[in-house]
Amino acid sequence: MSKALPLLTRQGDRIAIVNGLRTPFAKQATAYHGIPAMDLGKMAVSELLARSGIDPQLIEQLVFGQVVQMPEAPNIAREIVLGTGMSVHTDAYSVSRACATSFQAIANVAESIIAGNIGIGIAGGADSSSVLPIGVSKALARTLVDASKARTLAGRLKLFSKLKLRDLLPVPPAVAEYSTGLRMGDTAEQMAKTYAIGREEQDALAHRSHTLAAQAWAQGLLLDEVMTAYVPPYNTALAEDNNIRKDSSLAAYARLKPAFDRQHGSVTAANSTPLTDGAAAVLMMSEARARELGLAPLGYLRSYAFTAIDVRQDMLLGPSYATPLALARAGITLADLALIDMHEAFAAQTLANLKMFASPTFAREKLGLAQAIGEVDMDKFNVLGGSIAYGHPFAATGARMVTQTLHELKRRGGGLGLATACAAGGLGAAMVVEAA
Amino acid sequence: MMRTENALHEQRAKPSAFQFTLRPDNIGVITIDVPDEKVNTLKAEFAEQINAVLLKAQQIAALEGLVIISGKPDSFIAGADISMIAACASREAAQTLAKKGQSTLAQIAAFPVPVVAAIHGACLGGGLELALACHSRVCSLDDKTVLGLPEVQLGLLPGSGGTQRLPRLVGASRALDMMLTGKHLRARQALRSGLVDDAVPQAILLQTAVAQVKQGWRAQRQLPWRERLLNGPLGRSLLFSIVRRKTREKTRGNYPAAERIIQVVRTGLDSGSRNGYEAEALAFGELAMSPQSAALRSLFFAATALKKARGSEAQPHPLRCVGILGGGLMGGGIACVTATRGELPVRIKDVDTQGINRALQYTWGVLGKRVRSKRLRPAQRQKQMMLISGATNWCGFEQVDIVIEAVFEELALKQQMVAEVEQHAAPHTVFASNTSSLPIAQIAANAARPQQVIGLHYFSPVEKMPLVEVIPHAGTSDETIATAVALAHKQGKTAIVVADRAGFYVNRILAPYINEAARCLLDGEPIESLDRALVDFGFPVGPITLLDEVGIDVGTKIIPVLEAELGPRFAAPAAFDALHKDGRKGRKNGRGFYLYPTGKVRWRWRKRVDERVYTLLGITPKAHIPHALIAQRCVMMMLNEAVRCLDEGVVRSARDGDIGAVFGIGFPPFLGGPFRYIDHLGAAEVVKILVHLQQQYGEHFAPCERLQQMAQQGARFYP
Repeated sequence: MSKALPLLTRQGDRIAIVNGLRTPFAKQATAYHGIPAMDLGKMAVSELLARSGIDPQLIEQLVFGQVVQMPEAPNIAREIVLGTGMSVHTDAYSVSRACATSFQAIANVAESIIAGNIGIGIAGGADSSSVLPIGVSKALARTLVDASKARTLAGRLKLFSKLKLRDLLPVPPAVAEYSTGLRMGDTAEQMAKTYAIGREEQDALAHRSHTLAAQAWAQGLLLDEVMTAYVPPYNTALAEDNNIRKDSSLAAYARLKPAFDRQHGSVTAANSTPLTDGAAAVLMMSEARARELGLAPLGYLRSYAFTAIDVRQDMLLGPSYATPLALARAGITLADLALIDMHEAFAAQTLANLKMFASPTFAREKLGLAQAIGEVDMDKFNVLGGSIAYGHPFAATGARMVTQTLHELKRRGGGLGLATACAAGGLGAAMVVEAA
Repeated sequence: MMRTENALHEQRAKPSAFQFTLRPDNIGVITIDVPDEKVNTLKAEFAEQINAVLLKAQQIAALEGLVIISGKPDSFIAGADISMIAACASREAAQTLAKKGQSTLAQIAAFPVPVVAAIHGACLGGGLELALACHSRVCSLDDKTVLGLPEVQLGLLPGSGGTQRLPRLVGASRALDMMLTGKHLRARQALRSGLVDDAVPQAILLQTAVAQVKQGWRAQRQLPWRERLLNGPLGRSLLFSIVRRKTREKTRGNYPAAERIIQVVRTGLDSGSRNGYEAEALAFGELAMSPQSAALRSLFFAATALKKARGSEAQPHPLRCVGILGGGLMGGGIACVTATRGELPVRIKDVDTQGINRALQYTWGVLGKRVRSKRLRPAQRQKQMMLISGATNWCGFEQVDIVIEAVFEELALKQQMVAEVEQHAAPHTVFASNTSSLPIAQIAANAARPQQVIGLHYFSPVEKMPLVEVIPHAGTSDETIATAVALAHKQGKTAIVVADRAGFYVNRILAPYINEAARCLLDGEPIESLDRALVDFGFPVGPITLLDEVGIDVGTKIIPVLEAELGPRFAAPAAFDALHKDGRKGRKNGRGFYLYPTGKVRWRWRKRVDERVYTLLGITPKAHIPHALIAQRCVMMMLNEAVRCLDEGVVRSARDGDIGAVFGIGFPPFLGGPFRYIDHLGAAEVVKILVHLQQQYGEHFAPCERLQQMAQQGARFYP
């Protein structure tokens, strides 16, 4: 296993996360219906700049991500730069790492700062599950290409005559893993069964997530990191996430039927994260630069790690692989953390990961470590709730978790925090941050 | 003798604005580059220069053709130098000027080899006439390229053949539309209408023009079928009768230029271009000497001068971000012009999110219209919307350079806003109040930095009204004044600096005018009749409609302030309290003197008076006052008060007073503003009318001292 790998610029400065902001997250086809991810991203970045009080000219790079791509604007990052009050000279590119996309964006900006290529950057992500690239069938797409090459009308008609009626139906984006054809929920089901995660346990975690998130909002803990969103046609404003159940009761979860395996399953709509719209972004620079500009950072990026495992089995165990690596690079152990924030794609996936954290067998066999990663103290775990409650606009979740963890660390008087997520394709991401 | 010789010498020493170069392919290029000027404008002395350069070109035997292009980065020819007209002492002199222009351009038209105009940037007025005289035209696709004949806006007509060449090129109906509105066409519109033969990227403009020259003579483009139909004997009479009627509806006979344009175009089409040119020069001579044109030109000069004026000696503070307090109608409007015209980020603070949504809706609505008419791409709209953000707290105000307050009209609240802005914004942040009735000095009374408090009075609807009053109080610093003026300019507004006296300038002269209309109403004159009388006089809307637009509640707020500060002549008729008590605020709450559509009935809505107003006021309407007298009563009140304002230093000059009245109220532009109108009538005549009205209708008509003095001395406001 690799040893500590400090994230410092050549001048020895830490990578500061100066500010983080997100839009409220909204359930599919609710408050942001019809608003593309790009516009959500613009909103979050504009407001981040307005609140930070930094001259937009100083932003040298913007790295942004979007999981559900819109073909008309493939480089969402550059569109955000061009579509807000930012300088046209701000470099911008887009990244994609499924549910860990904005972890990747943050890592990229950090690497650029460490390499000395840029001084200040913005990282983030946005996704909309309400505005989707609904396409045409493969047969129709192929015919359209051929038709554009055909010389005569008769030739064109002949091509179209071969199409079947069902080829003309619109095709929504796939929800299944491309390489296996498995839906994400199928994997969650598999993990629930393999690791014996019961329905009650899953429902309890979901209930906990909603209850804690509702408390966080009720106490006004999120006001500094969540903007109020004003979207066309500007009739109502959205100030809070609209997926959180304010009156969550455990009994209600038990009533739902399993969503993926109707007969033997335990994963339900209520103990999974819903399809959500939203955007999140963070402003990053070296700590020296922040000092120069008179900005007080929220915290610093201490280490990060990305891992990859097989997709057929246990695909969502990413956190259990990425976390020990990130901890090692930070030169710490799980016990040194004041907070642990794990992305809740499914309660089953979250609980399976927690089991693996505590499992010496897993550590020995899969990680090659002598000891388990560690038993997670639930008083430090997802203390403000997780993705099951907040929702999960794929590319925005990482930036949400990092910002939320830093704010909570600050409230608790400092220390180190972990943010970790699984992602499609068997990927895992983990980041260790420290409060300023 | 010596002097003339010197002058001649100087003229010779000055390089010509028209430079000729011959390309190796025997195509001549005439480059227009007026020395020591930012943009090209045509001057009288250029006639000789053009003649000289054409003569030089003609001597080249192998010459295949000519291209005329500008040497300036972003203007072809922005128009003719208007001061030429002021220099004409008589109708004949102006007529000669037009003929000289005609004959110069005729030489281009008659040039033996093809002449092509290569247009990039503004090509307006005389510039377009020059381009029309060429055998064909190519323009760049740049956004800066605009073509038009705006002479009508100065009370003139295109006097160098434009009225004859344009209808033949694009058809009478389109030509009349261009000349009667003075509107600018952009490159693609110009291409579609046939005004230019090609529109290309600027990089290949000259190349394309040269290629057109090489193609040699080409048959003239046939007019589209619609224009051909309208050019037939039947079509033509129909077209002209419709255009005449519509124009008359708009001008109400107040703008002779419009009617002369129609007449001259008709003459040219009916009896040939020779007669047309003759009629054009004659009409130009007459219009150039008309008081309407003189008034419109003086307004043009005044507005141009004010656009350059900084308001004070100091340098303005750079503007990077603007804060707005209150997202109501005014706040929303100010946010809109700041973001869309000024391209500055705007931060709105309101007590609730609904206020911020309202402000965003305002700009969304304004931009939505532009998107629907394809003048704006949705992505551009999105970008402009992104400049406006809002919050219900003070976050984001640390970096605003100026805050414009548009909160409820209440002194304590405004003072509190000053205190809070001083606490939350930067030390340099200027606090500008959009108050219409409160003294700025009082708003600044408890300020820690009173030198940074100023009034910035916008008019509703903000995105349409071109005026802003800038109101320093006694302690306002010069830098603050300059910063406020700079912001107004960025927002595309014309700013006048006025004194911190009750009502400032615009509302102060507006109040007696509206009060007088109210007195006529209480005499039983119907509302429509009052409005029509003043629209006929030349106002864009009548006084009662205006009161509905401004808000009856705004009136009831300002009038008592004016009355308390300036005397009983401002007292509103007591009966009007009934309207206020009835909750009538005007258009904004859909309850005013007129009925306003609610919900879905907007389609085909015709404006009607709310008859219940008469009952409330206890009158039976019956038209009985002659319209001319109504207009006289209202306008004389305004003139008298305007003179008082100048006398008391509320406005810095007659020029500012004229601009304020025309841009802020819509005082008839063809009269040039209250002061120019008084000059036109003569102070003695104005005093005579006022005295007469005083005897008939009461003391409030008593002519002010300054007017009486001027009447005695035969003095004028303008030299």
